[in-house]
Amino acid sequence: MTRVKIHKENFWVRNQKSEGYLLKKKIMEILVHVCRFVLLFGLCFLILQPLLNKISVSFMEEQDLLDPIVVSVPVHFTLSNYEVCNEIMHYWEAFKNSMIISLTVSILQVAVCTIVGYGFARFKFPLKKLWFAAVMLIVIIPPQLISTSLHLHFRFFDIFGLFQLIAGHSLNLKASVVPYYLMSATCMGLKNGLYIYMIRQFFRNIPNDMEEAAYVDGCGMFRTFFTIMLPEGMPIITSCFLFAFVWQWTDGFYSKMFIGGKRLVSISIAGAVDELPSYIAKFTGVRSSVSVAYSNCILATGTLMVIIPVVVLYLFAQRQFVESISSSGIKM
Amino acid sequence: MKKKAKHKVVGLEKRKAIAGYLFISPFILGFLVFMIKPFFQSLYMSFCDVEVGAAKFELHFLPTVENKGLFDNFYYAFRTDPDFVRLLTEELTRMVIYSLAIIVFSFFISLILNQKFGGRALVRAVFFLPVILSSGVMLGLESDNQLMDQIAQSVEEATAGVSITDGLQTILRTTGVGVRAFEKVFELINNIYDVALASGIQIIIFLSGLQTIPRSMYEAAEIEGCTAWESLWKITFPSISSLFLVNWIYTVVDFCMRSDNQVIDKIQTFMLSLQNYGVSSAMSWIYFIIVIAFIGITSLLLSKGVYYYD
Repeated sequence: MTRVKIHKENFWVRNQKSEGYLLKKKIMEILVHVCRFVLLFGLCFLILQPLLNKISVSFMEEQDLLDPIVVSVPVHFTLSNYEVCNEIMHYWEAFKNSMIISLTVSILQVAVCTIVGYGFARFKFPLKKLWFAAVMLIVIIPPQLISTSLHLHFRFFDIFGLFQLIAGHSLNLKASVVPYYLMSATCMGLKNGLYIYMIRQFFRNIPNDMEEAAYVDGCGMFRTFFTIMLPEGMPIITSCFLFAFVWQWTDGFYSKMFIGGKRLVSISIAGAVDELPSYIAKFTGVRSSVSVAYSNCILATGTLMVIIPVVVLYLFAQRQFVESISSSGIKM
Repeated sequence: MKKKAKHKVVGLEKRKAIAGYLFISPFILGFLVFMIKPFFQSLYMSFCDVEVGAAKFELHFLPTVENKGLFDNFYYAFRTDPDFVRLLTEELTRMVIYSLAIIVFSFFISLILNQKFGGRALVRAVFFLPVILSSGVMLGLESDNQLMDQIAQSVEEATAGVSITDGLQTILRTTGVGVRAFEKVFELINNIYDVALASGIQIIIFLSGLQTIPRSMYEAAEIEGCTAWESLWKITFPSISSLFLVNWIYTVVDFCMRSDNQVIDKIQTFMLSLQNYGVSSAMSWIYFIIVIAFIGITSLLLSKGVYYYD
């Protein structure tokens, strides 16, 4: 009975009973809400604004860019920027190349990293600590440090002098994709140490019973891995694959280093602005300098075209991206 | 009988050890071929004069070359090159300041995101977006966007003295206390965008740690009369202190590998355009040793403060 009565009491009556505490608490609550909203809205806007700005700029004609009245909604709506970008970057060719390379490389990397991560998580073997320290080392060592040497290594590639013997000279793998595939197959690609670490953390948290039950039932070590542990680890594997794909897509360092000969989106966007004057000169016949506003507009459009596939992927697989890190339970 | 059983266990362990090595063998292979070998080769190269020909390259160990000393490449980097020392100090101070700011910022944001409110998933997704979008080449494009710079400049000119930070800056400057320190703080505040962009992963790592702290702990503390501020320092902070170490290392390493890093840019110019492999190796080694020393010392200090629950 009394309970019902309390609910029926007015807020102010209850406030009086608590000697003003309730009102104070309510006001504090609302204040916290407002502050939090303002702060988070501001920060989210900060992060999204450049993206939104790029979208609106990419539809503007040059005169809109220079018009101080036009801020975000284009007056002269045009798609020509996209056409120009497409021509300069050879977009579809680059897109196709990037897609093939990112897909194959990330599948290869994640497959190998899963095997290695599983090995670290579930087996005891001598010198395990040392090898794991090596994994940490490849996370920490900047690839730039060894890039000089690797560069020469692949420029004059040779296996124990075999090619020297047969062909008379060493192989030049600098402009080919082979070195990067070799590196991916041996966990030395972009951020592979991190993937090994995440996958190991995930597999370590799976209870031992399952594995033991499989062994008791006569399942071998490799079969246990493929039929029992692998399906279990699918969430972290897909997450790592997504990361690998996205980071490979936008990567400039390894691409420039090893895949320089191929046209990739990440490389062509970096050179888009430099190519703009000569592209325009092709039509007008006059080599003139391009206005800063216009070259930036082209850059914004190009950037958008590069990141659109990634954004679409993120929209669909947002959960896998964000929760992968929490699910691996990173601890030190 | 007993002996046999024991023997069998050893056999299984041995087989497991072999299987373990089989599983990690790709890594071992890659580590030896693509990491250790280039690692020492690049160390050796930094003491060499590298000559690149059409069909081969030759390493001349510096003391054997006429008129050259062992440390000539390092001398070149430090004494002859006009930019290297300046870029190095600039990048290192930037690294220290930004890493600190990123840690503080991401801790703060993860505390907010750990609370319950509408649209939390959306906000989290937005904060994580830069991890995807500002990776690789995108970062460099973003930072030298001249159009934005021009707009920012013209806005600054038009509203000179009106901006909040400028006003504060003049007030604090006139008091004359630690002008240089304040300048760094203001630079950070003006570049909060960069900080927010770089802290996506750190926020998620902190959040995952925060979610493992049992609610009952806070309730017990509250009943005992603990304020929210106290429980932040006495419960939250110790519980996720190990994640500070993880995040610190991740942030510093991430910073070294950013594509808009000027030192890396310098090294690559020497390698790809000037084909001076010796100097570029020396430069990378200088940078690497400083960064490793920095990570080592700071994480040692941090690990002293880490509290382990069990």
